Amino acid sequence: MSEITAKQVLFEPIFNNNPIGLQILGICSALAVTTSMNVTIVMCLSVTAVTAFSNLAVSLVRAQIPNSIRIIAQMTIIASLVIVVDQLLKAYAYEVSKQLSVFVGLIITNCIVMGRAEGFAMKNGPWLSFLDGIGNGLGYSVMLLFVAFFRELLGAGSLFGVTLMVPVSQGGWYVPNGLLLLPPSAFFIIGLAIWALRAWKPEQVEEADFKMSRHTHKEAF
Amino acid sequence: MAKVKETVSRTLMVALVLSIVFSVIVSTAAVLLRPAQIKNQNLDIKTNILAASGMLPEAASAEQIEDIFTRFDVRLVDLDSGAFVEPEAVNVQDPMKYDMYKAASNPDMSTKIPPKEDLAGIKRRPNVAKVYLLREGDEVKRVVLPVHGYGLWSTLYGFVSLEGDLNTIEGLGFYAHAETPGLGGEVDNPRWKSQWVGKQLYDENKTEPQIRLVKGGVDANTANKQHKVDALSGATLTSRGVEHLVNYWMGDRGYAAFLKKLREGEV
Repeated sequence: MSEITAKQVLFEPIFNNNPIGLQILGICSALAVTTSMNVTIVMCLSVTAVTAFSNLAVSLVRAQIPNSIRIIAQMTIIASLVIVVDQLLKAYAYEVSKQLSVFVGLIITNCIVMGRAEGFAMKNGPWLSFLDGIGNGLGYSVMLLFVAFFRELLGAGSLFGVTLMVPVSQGGWYVPNGLLLLPPSAFFIIGLAIWALRAWKPEQVEEADFKMSRHTHKEAF
Repeated sequence: MAKVKETVSRTLMVALVLSIVFSVIVSTAAVLLRPAQIKNQNLDIKTNILAASGMLPEAASAEQIEDIFTRFDVRLVDLDSGAFVEPEAVNVQDPMKYDMYKAASNPDMSTKIPPKEDLAGIKRRPNVAKVYLLREGDEVKRVVLPVHGYGLWSTLYGFVSLEGDLNTIEGLGFYAHAETPGLGGEVDNPRWKSQWVGKQLYDENKTEPQIRLVKGGVDANTANKQHKVDALSGATLTSRGVEHLVNYWMGDRGYAAFLKKLREGEV
């Protein structure tokens, strides 16, 4: 394996190895917290902080963790960090933490955090692992902010809570697209984003698992 | 990287040390941040009360909210008799500390609502409720009453604010719910909430609350328009839930006994 540089671990996950776009991880929270930009930004910061510090902590103790309990040891570290983040939000960003509700707690189950701890931090030094956590957090954030941008703009006619297109319900002209306020819309936007990303970087397109064989006999007529 | 030899004792040791270190970190965070969190929660409740009664200035600071809120007299009320009770009766020092929603799940402090009477879909009702009175001299100017009930997906928690005649609605607002965004979630829409202002709870006989959420809007020609509010479009069940919860809490099983006493100057 060639030497990994700090720049690589920091910037690769943004477009070349995006945790949502390429690895399709962390979709659950991408659906749940992207109805408004403010909430999304707090969620992104929380996930980035948890990924970075859990990577750092796991990397620091990686030589000590016995192989048989490594997953549960990582979980302990991640869960503790998530609780600390949750407590901090409740103390200093109460409004947003109310909107995020259980989704802060659910960062524990975010596959990106666990995936980076197991896949990167167990094999690399603390500094690189920390940067890798930040990088993956950034990759996650780019995707979430992209989704939230469209959901808030078209679903509520506003960005960062500032009304740009006055909706009909407040006496304006814009008829908000209610679908965009519901979780399924995030699937569509993420799907379109992945399509755009893979059209731009064709090397990310996965090879087909199988090939459809030709029809060999005629069916219903 | 040197591979450490794995033995059972070593595994246990690492697990123990890891658990201790991280439980210390978590407990420290919880203990240190507790005061700030409690302050936030209290401020949040006060903000919602002021918002429901239309007393919340725009972009109010925490100090402003605390300051305006001191004008309210927080009291505990026994719902069956309608009389005030002392905070000691529900084992708290300060009425602000009493949580009527917690009490509702405690069999000793709540009553089971017979299914037929359970308009609001809440199953149990606390015996003692927390009310917020705004007095000027001896006269009651405003009463803010906590209400809750089931909508479509979730229980809606909110406040209804009444004027001094204890019949005219001054405002209402929900601070916690999980109704569909854009449809039932429009209970938060300020334009919709503004329709409630000035509506009458009771008719002349002052018995059963008469609030109705109706389809098609309410205009000057609507019969009994003083009791009617335009329902939320696309959210029949949320609208019905709001109608039921207001009528439940303002009715005999809710605050009616207390409001009657207050109107007659008995408490």
